[in-house]
Amino acid sequence: MCATIGVPQALLYYKYYPQWEAFLKGLGAEIVVSSATTKRTINAGTSLAENELCLPVKVFFGHLVELRNQVDALFVPRVVSVENGAYTCPKFLGLPDLARSIDSSLPSVLDPTFNRRLGRKKFYEALLDFGKHFTNKKYRILRAWMMGLSAQRVFQRKLESGLTPVEAIANAEVQTYKGNLKIGIAGHPYNIYDSYINLNLIKRLREWGVDVATTEMIPQRTLEHEASYLPKRLFWSYEKEVVGSVFHWLRNKSVDGIIYVLSFACGPDSLIQVLLESEAKRRGSLPLMSLVIDEHSGEAGMITRVEAFVDMLRWRKV
Amino acid sequence: MRATFPHMGKLDMVMSDLFDRTGIGYIVPPRTTTKTLQLGVRYAPEFACLPLKVTIGNFIEALEAGADTLLMAGGVGPCRFGYYAQIQECVIKEAGYDFDMIILEPPGAGYRLFINTLKKLAPGKSILEIWQIIKIGFGKARVLDELEKYALKYRAYEVKRGDTTKAYKRALEIMRPAITADEIAQAREEAFLVLEAVEKDMQRPCLKMGIIGEFYVLLEPFVNFDIEEYLGNMGVSLERSVYLTDWIGPSKENPIMGISDKEVAQAAKPYLNHFVGGEGLPSVGHTVIYAKEGFDGVLHLFPFTCMPDIIAKSILPQISRDFDLPTLSLVIDEQTGKAGVITRLEAFIDLLANKRKQKEFGKSPVLVG
Repeated sequence: MCATIGVPQALLYYKYYPQWEAFLKGLGAEIVVSSATTKRTINAGTSLAENELCLPVKVFFGHLVELRNQVDALFVPRVVSVENGAYTCPKFLGLPDLARSIDSSLPSVLDPTFNRRLGRKKFYEALLDFGKHFTNKKYRILRAWMMGLSAQRVFQRKLESGLTPVEAIANAEVQTYKGNLKIGIAGHPYNIYDSYINLNLIKRLREWGVDVATTEMIPQRTLEHEASYLPKRLFWSYEKEVVGSVFHWLRNKSVDGIIYVLSFACGPDSLIQVLLESEAKRRGSLPLMSLVIDEHSGEAGMITRVEAFVDMLRWRKV
Repeated sequence: MRATFPHMGKLDMVMSDLFDRTGIGYIVPPRTTTKTLQLGVRYAPEFACLPLKVTIGNFIEALEAGADTLLMAGGVGPCRFGYYAQIQECVIKEAGYDFDMIILEPPGAGYRLFINTLKKLAPGKSILEIWQIIKIGFGKARVLDELEKYALKYRAYEVKRGDTTKAYKRALEIMRPAITADEIAQAREEAFLVLEAVEKDMQRPCLKMGIIGEFYVLLEPFVNFDIEEYLGNMGVSLERSVYLTDWIGPSKENPIMGISDKEVAQAAKPYLNHFVGGEGLPSVGHTVIYAKEGFDGVLHLFPFTCMPDIIAKSILPQISRDFDLPTLSLVIDEQTGKAGVITRLEAFIDLLANKRKQKEFGKSPVLVG
């Protein structure tokens, strides 16, 4: 039986934390979430990780290290697939194994497998298997899962009302920003909302009087529909959302420009970038800037580029 | 129609054989060179993996040579390869070329689509005829792989350096004109006779190394700097985890390489408990199998930013520790230089040789240099 479970504030945390929280609490576990990313997190992560791994995974390792001495077990789900006929990134498929490979002094890693491709029955079998770490009562496991699902629905509604995941998790109120410009930020939640690794992009833009829309604020159905204009259905669910949001903005022009944030050496993003840039060029409706971040990102360089982009958008409006 | 396809090791031989049988006009792209790579790098996305860059270069060179239809395989993920064709089409069209693209999606993406694509590639032929063409062409390709496997294993033992490579080339030439099943069987015998005729010294103490990693980098000699021939000449007997027909074929038994997918997954289980696309799981599984079989070392090759093999690379040190098996991971991209690779390989071979000596004479407390 596990008492305290560590949840790293990285990667899929930004997508599923409310669900995981309700689920784990429903199983009777106590949750410790690692603190927000800092320089130390990144240093710890990069010193342990393989050189070639992408920045988000290195950050993830940093969070695992932080939790090392505070918890009985680490919660690192293996999210293989969240919908039929699609996968997530290969790194998510191997994440628990990667976590085990880094440092032998880590506490044990709990790795429930979430795989929608195998059908409902297998999915619930895996779920019950995982629940056995906490309780033998099937009823309790299923009830905890249902609580997780309803928490996630509430979370989703909050996002669509215009909150970022970080604000929604912190139970913040919806604020209306009165900027004279609106920029869509597309990209993976763990790049966009981790304010340390993207050098506080959202806050900075808001300070400059720019309203921000993100991928998460668009309803799932719209994203799915927009992404269906691709020449071939994308087999990565999360990237499909990114493509969907950019296509959505390019079509309805509800924003003045788009910043596409991607991390260096991200596999799926390297291909998505081509699709997005060529679509933006073809439509010619909105300016799109790709912003590549890595662990060496210098603040000055990024601010200069974003500032120039914002200035350009303002001129365009006049 | 003048179809073309990207290079990948002996794929050109297999493809031209198939096209000859279906009666489609085709152009074999010029062999991959530095210029091909430069073309690819110019048009391909910056941190896409190397195979995408090289194949874009292949396609552009073939289009310049007069091809008008590009043939490419598809996929269902999660490796990036499954979306290559769409990106290639997008990038090469933006570069100003005009062409048709035929994408052969695997049957897993829908049987009807698969069969329709095949019919496009073999106009006027019935399903049965197509099936026979594939069967016989594939059988021939399998023989080519058998020959390659033999050469990899025995090159290290040849008495006169270069004999095996020469014989292997001749064996391929013997195979090339074979058309019917009988001819293929006969050519196979002749080809093996040629290879077996190479004088070998089987008493020579050769190191035994496994080569694992991403299939394109393993199969395409331009990209891996012909590493296999080099290692063979250095006296290292090789076993490789991927062969062309094992990779294309639907069988999960891998008849050429000889270890089924199931065994590989089983071996990898303590370290990597789920497939991660591409060769991630096979890379880990093969390393464990080679370790158990008492290999001297394992060489791991993959292109920069390859997602599945980065996972494998992260896990290999654990296996290396547990089994006391030296492994070397080499990441290859357009900046990689041959000299750098060779230097590291030399050091690795020295290390393996020393390790073996230590094993044979017991641990010596003094460092012997």
